[in-house]
Amino acid sequence: MSVQAGTVHALVGENGAGKSTVMKILYGMQRPDSGEILVNGTAVHFKNPNDAIAASIGMVHQHFMLADNFTVLENVILGSEPKKGISIDFVAARAKVVAMAEQYGLEIDPDILVEELGVGQRQRVEILKVLYRGARILIFDEPTAVLVPQEVDDLFSALEGLRAQGMAIIFISHKLDEVLRVADDVTVVRAGSTVAEVKSKDVTARQLAELMVGSELPQPSTHGVTRRDQITLALKDVSIPTSTGSRDLISHISFDLHAGEVVGIAGVEGNGQAELVEAILGLREYTGSISFNSATIDHMSVAHRHDLGIGFIPEDRQRQGLMMDSPLWENRILGHQRSAPVMRGFILDKKATIADTTRIMQEFDVRAPGPQTLATALSGGNQQKFIVGREMSKAPALLVASHPTRGVDVGAQGAIWEELRRAREKGMAIVLISADLEELIGMSDRLLVMLRGVITAELDPAKTTPEQLGSAMTGAA
Amino acid sequence: MKKLKLSTFLLAIAAPLAAAVVSIIISSLAVLATKKSPMDAYRTMWDFGTTSASLMQMLNTATPYYIAAIAIAITFRAGLFNIGVEGQLRLGALFGAYIGALFVLPPVLHILVIMVIAMSVGGLWASIAGYLKVKRGVSEVISTIMLNALAGGLSSYLLANRFADLTTSSNNLSTKEIPASGQFPNLMPLLNKLGVEDQPGGGVYGMLLVAVVLGVTFWFVVNRTRFGFELRASGINPIAARVSGVNSKRMTFVALALSGAVAGLAGLPAVLGDTHAFNMGFRTGIGFSAIAVALLGRNNAVGMAISALLFGFLEVSSRSLELIDIAPETYVIMQGSILLSSVIAYEVVRRYKITLQSKELAKAVEA
Repeated sequence: MSVQAGTVHALVGENGAGKSTVMKILYGMQRPDSGEILVNGTAVHFKNPNDAIAASIGMVHQHFMLADNFTVLENVILGSEPKKGISIDFVAARAKVVAMAEQYGLEIDPDILVEELGVGQRQRVEILKVLYRGARILIFDEPTAVLVPQEVDDLFSALEGLRAQGMAIIFISHKLDEVLRVADDVTVVRAGSTVAEVKSKDVTARQLAELMVGSELPQPSTHGVTRRDQITLALKDVSIPTSTGSRDLISHISFDLHAGEVVGIAGVEGNGQAELVEAILGLREYTGSISFNSATIDHMSVAHRHDLGIGFIPEDRQRQGLMMDSPLWENRILGHQRSAPVMRGFILDKKATIADTTRIMQEFDVRAPGPQTLATALSGGNQQKFIVGREMSKAPALLVASHPTRGVDVGAQGAIWEELRRAREKGMAIVLISADLEELIGMSDRLLVMLRGVITAELDPAKTTPEQLGSAMTGAA
Repeated sequence: MKKLKLSTFLLAIAAPLAAAVVSIIISSLAVLATKKSPMDAYRTMWDFGTTSASLMQMLNTATPYYIAAIAIAITFRAGLFNIGVEGQLRLGALFGAYIGALFVLPPVLHILVIMVIAMSVGGLWASIAGYLKVKRGVSEVISTIMLNALAGGLSSYLLANRFADLTTSSNNLSTKEIPASGQFPNLMPLLNKLGVEDQPGGGVYGMLLVAVVLGVTFWFVVNRTRFGFELRASGINPIAARVSGVNSKRMTFVALALSGAVAGLAGLPAVLGDTHAFNMGFRTGIGFSAIAVALLGRNNAVGMAISALLFGFLEVSSRSLELIDIAPETYVIMQGSILLSSVIAYEVVRRYKITLQSKELAKAVEA
């Protein structure tokens, strides 16, 4: 792969395809077994990130590394402060940072504390930091993952500015539409090797995705009607008042969900979907009533609801669904610590747990050396497949799936959809929450649109296009 | 696979080994700074520390450390920090000694009753912190520190004004002596049978057995039961634990109360085995040293036993340093450097392990 000055070069691939490894090698965090890196025609060998910085390579990390209680200026110069005698030459530093910010179109107030900045602005500080160290080659690791759309636009115009100044930019991402918007060249990696190098103007997002997976894309879809008469979940007038007494977080939500049915909850994030999930799981207090298989569960604890047969795929798997530094077999127990096979009475059955973890890893194609592997070593897609496998193993009557394929690669996405389809056919009721409109339309039997905590529309997915759904979500329709 | 086993083993011993080397270097420098030979210091400590009498004292010093460390580990495992062990064990010992001296019961039962009293008092005292945390969101770190101060004052007041036995003429304020039925027999007769000879000032507290039972129970409950899993999950990832059905408030309260109850026992080895009363000479600082013991032992039953013994050994054997004109407090430097270097070494190894696993994973995916 070769990157020219004055271009944006995107590196795309599935989770675990080797994007991060390439990046780590470039930034001196890992050494290559063979092959070489040329910067401006000369071969370089990086022992650590400092060598990379010296060769004018800089990295903008996905997770910001900034000191909150320092100002923008202090953060930018941290680690390479200009000295005047033994004190820091703040005057010179400020002049340089302000000039740089202007030159690259990254305007920001140098004296504001970083803790007061939003995510997008923090990212600017990161970029400035890298530029301040003299980088001419910038690596961006999934820079848009943490940004809202408006901030993404800002970032992209900043990238334009950098490109115009003759910087070489390596943009690592798996959001293909963004890649096509911003990149000149695209390198696709799969299973550790380069499979294609293309000009972004020559390809479509779909072609890129197919290059990434190496086969045709999975489609979110379900076949036929598997809905049964039995009502698995019924919500009646469920509301969550705020403590301040202003508008309810969710208000008078009522719907029935039958066995073998998937109800999709559509809505712009922050319109009450997360709270609805928490109410169903018992994580939050609510008014109104929720019943499960015709019996009310309002008085039941989270644990009790789990044990009745409610499975949960959390939206933030690392925060809500895993113990990252623990081995997979211990993660197998999480949420299932009250029943077989992991428990015999009150005693943990380690052997059976490990055996069942191995089963999940095989059945759900979780790629890891074994049940002793720490969860943190797995890629996002494999973590998610593991969680899906874990939740499916008790064959819940109801599955609450919150963004089940968010942040996972295309291969894992297809596998997870397939699992949901199979479960639906067996009569599982599924509440699907997603920001991926195609997923919602493809997988749901019925769509409910949430806006500001209220269900504003019910749509038939067979007769709805993503555009129509999108405008219903924003209340424009 | 075999290679993997070997590297797992190497990884397991890498951290303690590195920590030992680094701490020996630091301690040696400290001794050198006083213009003495570190070799002499170590030899003297070793010679003195390995005599039967010293080894018995080591066990007696280590026993309360170990019990208190388990108390602290219970909260560490749950993601909490009970700094109040010092106060809890003090009040537990005071009430245990005072109430235990008021009646006579059959031998074993009497000891058990005193232990239950000490545990209840320690548990209740810690529950105050638990209640404040659950109901009012008060940090248990702050509240247990403050409760330590209260416990210190309260125990002095009670000893001087309410519980003191005024029938003796001694200057040392003390509760009434616990009757023989409530005294925990020394393990010396048992050791005699094993061929160990009596030593002047020797003898091993019977509470050592309680500490061992406690250690085994701790290991089993934490690693092999549902309660233990939920406790650990709450410590590792409280949000995921809550989602998985753990009642986090109840867990917080129970962990603190349980920790206090175990802490209540930590003051008893000397009270039941030696003084048979609570007096002004009651040892202070056990609850704080135990924090270091728990940290060094990685909150693990076996690890804490080793580190409690190590702390006991250093404390007892360092008394000999006076003989060669080195400040015996050098052992504090040794304890400190061991703790610091082991915490660092373990973190380095932990990170290395994750890197290693990621690499293995990359290989597995390619294959």
